[in-house]
Amino acid sequence: MKIEKKVDASNMSLALEGRLDTMTAPLLESEIQGKLDGVTNLEFNFAKLTYISSAGLRVLLAAQKIMNKQGKMIIKNVCDEIKEIFEVTGFSDILTVV
Amino acid sequence: MQDWVKEIVVDSKFENVRTLTEFVENSLEPYHPSHKALMQIGVAIDELFSNVVRYSGSTNLKLILNVNADVLTAKLTFIDEGVEYNPLSKSDPDVTLSAEDRKIGGLGVFLVKKIMDGVEYKRDGHKNVLTVVKKLT
Repeated sequence: MKIEKKVDASNMSLALEGRLDTMTAPLLESEIQGKLDGVTNLEFNFAKLTYISSAGLRVLLAAQKIMNKQGKMIIKNVCDEIKEIFEVTGFSDILTVV
Repeated sequence: MQDWVKEIVVDSKFENVRTLTEFVENSLEPYHPSHKALMQIGVAIDELFSNVVRYSGSTNLKLILNVNADVLTAKLTFIDEGVEYNPLSKSDPDVTLSAEDRKIGGLGVFLVKKIMDGVEYKRDGHKNVLTVVKKLT
């Protein structure tokens, strides 16, 4: 997986490419964990993300919990297959997919 | 095309999730599975194999792939020699809870149950045998 990260003042954006699974979820976690101080807008771009498993869902949930306290988090360009994973796990009610 | 069976054995190490996924994707390619079916099978492999690596104590895992070409259905059988563990015996997580109340964990097997067409577990001697079935169309 490739992660492109941009930080501009209180805005952070992360563009993910490839598979967010058991192997790669720790990479994303290390880009987020302890690095959201002062971030009020967190944006994920899933345009090139093809795949997500529960390991990836866990990282998104942890990020969402942090952002619920300090700002907002959105996920854009989610493909239908990943949207379905969000739906069956109830994550579509927790996350903001735009 | 006839039904066929292929199998692969890998060490119980996280990185081998790639080996398993590639083995299955390459083997299924001649049947032109839908993008969605292939992705969901990949998720099932990720969830079930990572559970074996994390919890079973088994040193390896055997994956048997069976395709029924008539009805375009794949059956994946995961066999490990670890401690007896039936992942299907756990109750499903409450997927209606808010982010704050959600627990981290328990989601993987639930997800597999939702996206596969069938999931079965049996204990066979000293082996855990977990089978998932998925239509390729």
